[in-house]
Amino acid sequence: MTANRLSATSLALLLTATPGLAQELNALVWCDHTDPALIEPFEEKFGVKVNLKEYEGTAAGLAILDQSQPGDWDVLVIDAVDVKRAVEAGHMAELPADKLATADFFPELVMAENNVIDGKTYAVSEKFGYNTISYDKTKVDPADMEDMAALTGGKYDGRIGIYDYYLPVLGLVALGQGTNTADITAENLPALRDPLMALRKASKQVSDVVSAQTALATGEVDIVVGGGEWLTAVLAAENPNLDWTIPKQGGLRWAQSIGVVAGSTQPDLALEFVNYITSPEGQARLATSSCYWGMPANAKAGDALTPEQKAVLRWDQQPDFLKRAQLYPIPDAALDTAMQDLWTEMLAQ
Amino acid sequence: MSLAAKDRRQAWGLLAPALVWTAAFFILPFFAMIALSFAHMEGREIVRGFDPGNYTRIFTDPVMLEALRNSLEITVVVTVISIVLAYPLAAIIAFRVPACWQRLALLLAVLPFWTSYVVRSYSWLLVLGQNGVVNKTLLGLGLIAEPLEIASTRAATVIGFVHFFVMLLTLTIYANLIQLSPNYARAAQDLGASRWQCFTHVILPLTLPGVITGAFLTFVLCIGDYITPQILGGNTELTLPQLIMLQLGRSGNFPLASALSVVLMAVVTLAYFASSRWLRLDRV
Repeated sequence: MTANRLSATSLALLLTATPGLAQELNALVWCDHTDPALIEPFEEKFGVKVNLKEYEGTAAGLAILDQSQPGDWDVLVIDAVDVKRAVEAGHMAELPADKLATADFFPELVMAENNVIDGKTYAVSEKFGYNTISYDKTKVDPADMEDMAALTGGKYDGRIGIYDYYLPVLGLVALGQGTNTADITAENLPALRDPLMALRKASKQVSDVVSAQTALATGEVDIVVGGGEWLTAVLAAENPNLDWTIPKQGGLRWAQSIGVVAGSTQPDLALEFVNYITSPEGQARLATSSCYWGMPANAKAGDALTPEQKAVLRWDQQPDFLKRAQLYPIPDAALDTAMQDLWTEMLAQ
Repeated sequence: MSLAAKDRRQAWGLLAPALVWTAAFFILPFFAMIALSFAHMEGREIVRGFDPGNYTRIFTDPVMLEALRNSLEITVVVTVISIVLAYPLAAIIAFRVPACWQRLALLLAVLPFWTSYVVRSYSWLLVLGQNGVVNKTLLGLGLIAEPLEIASTRAATVIGFVHFFVMLLTLTIYANLIQLSPNYARAAQDLGASRWQCFTHVILPLTLPGVITGAFLTFVLCIGDYITPQILGGNTELTLPQLIMLQLGRSGNFPLASALSVVLMAVVTLAYFASSRWLRLDRV
């Protein structure tokens, strides 16, 4: 028994003393978290290695969690509108609300309706932006971009790219028809079919993030529907002609949340990571990540951003933008399936 | 114990790792996929059972049928073009390039394999774009007045695939050509065959195993590829792998994705039986 205890003690000492066996934190994230400039300060401060796995699409992320053992993952980054879905699947742990930095957040970005369920906080917003219209201002008339009707008016046929994500683009199409995103139902979804197909007819391609950026940067398309600062800001230094706007019909606000995965064997460290990401320093680094830029949820990150970075993010216009943007639609399973079927039909056109 | 029995035990012992590997990483997952393909979704939950609804949908939904047709069309076109381009290239390397330079020639032929598949696809996007090398060259030469629409079309997908598979086919055809004795061609010509007759009646039939082997591999890799149609095709038409990815990434509809994958495997199996007479996978 004594020998066993000695062996265990020796092993514990060995684990803590050997640099190669340092503590590790496993995070399931979006690509903006993989920027070393964001992660390295945390790793250095806590002497840990952060293992990051990217995923695309909430369904894919939840499937990874479904197939994992408790303790495999410590941190999850997820679409803010899908926090409830992850909580219902039992994948998110409750966070201590009093230890989160939400008091410094833009009020609209606290998003308690998404991050707090049955009075318990499961996630915290970390970054947001807009799905609206990105364009090359030397190729199109910026005044036209203030009205979604211009996109299907014939003037820009074959010069439009559509961001390949059904929720924001269907939301934009709904706004163009005068329907709020929260009011999309199975009953009125068929009314979006014709305007969606008209947009598809006027477009040249439907692209993921990288392809949409490439297409806009190389002049393959002049407009990206569903784009926003996340698409053009990272290219601003190289191509200042790329711009974005929220048309008069409005735009969509995307937001991503971060939380601790249920079953994490190191919840304290995971919470430290969440707090680092939502701290002013972490927020500034996340906002200007090499994968894509976006507004930080923490308003105090403004102190850590340069005036140039704030200009690209349109920091000063946020009050107006926040008023004019709506959240993503939050469909139930049946409506979600119907929306995806409509999107698949559009892709096949 | 007899010697034969001991040999058999040794043989099974040697085979065991491969059999265990195949059973664990192919046979079991394959049957799990088939079982899952008969499940269905209720809301966001997978309900297991025996429901052929996914297969019914695949063969009745116009979107799914069109994706299957698109995949087959693209694959057949890519395979044919790749053979037409790879055969002369392999023949030149085998018969025209001096033996001491053949290794280098093959190395140059497969050099593009060394770059990432994704990077290569995005590079093609830049080459084929409105302001890409192809359009700028044609505009500069005055051959066209307006840039051609190549990127984000089926043509771009085919070009990206052909670039990749010509290399593969060149290797399999070259491996066949280099084994041919020059005496076959000499004998045919001695008997009065023209060069064309010599090729069509002697060389081509003898190299058919190499061609069919390369064509089969091209078919298998092309019909299951998701990246090239996604990047170069610009989502202007759906292929079967794209449809499978839509079910996995967006819908979380694993039963339908499994059923689509089973259909994809069935198509590949049919291609195998169609070409099995000539297949010589041992030469790859």
